[in-house]
Amino acid sequence: MTHEFKTVRIKIYPEKCIGAGHCVGCAPDIFSQNEDDGVVILLKDDPPPDRYESAKAAARLCPTSAIEIIEQ
Amino acid sequence: MDSQSPEAMPVFPLPRTGSPLDPPAEYDRFRAEGALKKVNMWDGRQAWLVTRRDDVRAVLASPHFSADPTKPGYPFLTPARAATVKSYQTFITMDPPDHTRFRRMLTKDFTQKRMEELRPRVQTLVDRMIDDLLSGEPPGDLVQALALRLPVTVISLLAGVPLADDAKLVRWSNQRLDLSVDAETSESAGKNMLEYFDELLKSREEEPGDGADMLGRLVIEQIRPGHLDRKGAVHMINLLYFAGHETTANQIGLGVLHFLMNPGQRQKLVASPELVKNAVEEMLRYDTPPHYNACRVATTDVTIGGETIRAGEGVYALLSAANRDPDAFDDPARFDIERENASDQLAFSYGLHQCIGQPLARLELHTVFSTLFRRVPSLTLAIPFEQIQFKRDFYVYGLQALPVSW
Repeated sequence: MTHEFKTVRIKIYPEKCIGAGHCVGCAPDIFSQNEDDGVVILLKDDPPPDRYESAKAAARLCPTSAIEIIEQ
Repeated sequence: MDSQSPEAMPVFPLPRTGSPLDPPAEYDRFRAEGALKKVNMWDGRQAWLVTRRDDVRAVLASPHFSADPTKPGYPFLTPARAATVKSYQTFITMDPPDHTRFRRMLTKDFTQKRMEELRPRVQTLVDRMIDDLLSGEPPGDLVQALALRLPVTVISLLAGVPLADDAKLVRWSNQRLDLSVDAETSESAGKNMLEYFDELLKSREEEPGDGADMLGRLVIEQIRPGHLDRKGAVHMINLLYFAGHETTANQIGLGVLHFLMNPGQRQKLVASPELVKNAVEEMLRYDTPPHYNACRVATTDVTIGGETIRAGEGVYALLSAANRDPDAFDDPARFDIERENASDQLAFSYGLHQCIGQPLARLELHTVFSTLFRRVPSLTLAIPFEQIQFKRDFYVYGLQALPVSW
């Protein structure tokens, strides 16, 4: 594996979220949005390795750093 | 840089002296010379220009800058913009926590799920507008036929604004964004829009409907329970209407122009429709219609790119300059729909003020650019490039008209 045996965990900070929805665009299987205010909901904090890149893209595109990728 | 005398500083805003498709060439020079550049504003005050992508992101993500124009030192672009400070402020010129509270009243209308629900309706509108264009005799103006008409129609339908009123609303909106008009004209256009939306909201307060549009929902969910007063709602809907069409309209026009001028890129897009998302990111990067955004004032001394910005100093974190930063984007003046990191562009800004309507703008842009050249393979420019009129003096950059043949 090219991931150097690291696993990815995802942490969200809903209080920072502005509901831009980039995360859902990148990875609808990992993130969702609250229907009332668009705030991020984490569906899966331990994505499978083939979803790491999408999870990282979501974190990178988030304009308010409301998503943290933790590599362990 | 502080040793530079104010007389020697450039005056902002700077004109586009090279290609009308490129931001002022001085941005490249400022970026190469140092992290930040101090410039003179029209009122004799100075502001900092930020032109590097990383620095622009740092300013827009920092809690030490305010978007509130009532804060001392906020650098207004023109006298007409300065006059708007007397007006009621909406969430785009608020800081947290007020910003968060008001913005969240509208975010539900722009979730990814809502956009997916809207997609077929937007596709139908685009197809119908192209049918209308093709039913006329060439040449036609693509700005009126599609670029402006689509976003105006979509935001009117979503907000609950009667489509019959779009001509006057678009005229007022244009007068507000034209930097060459005097403060009085701009103010009176702004006042007309607010009076219009106040009347509209009054009628909707009596008959909000079933909450199928934003106006109705604002009445039911925010005004009636007392979370928002009428004035706040009027200003919110005014903002949505005018921000909801100006930027997207200008991006559609400029984007179509790029493909008409770059047959190779156009061929790629038609041959590989899956490129459309990246193509849209690339045109946003390349054009950045809100070319004078984003304006802030420092609330405390803060270091950006190694330079100290003092509390009360104004800053332009130029999205248009960041998107042409050669350290962030290879050969930035090249329009390349296969650019790998096009989605790192900042045209919708960054931080907590990133455009609330960006999912809708992207939906409209994706639909237009996955449809237009497929449906009209013979589409061409009807006039030489040199004759195209650009909106040089406008707060949002774009085309006055785009004459096309087919």
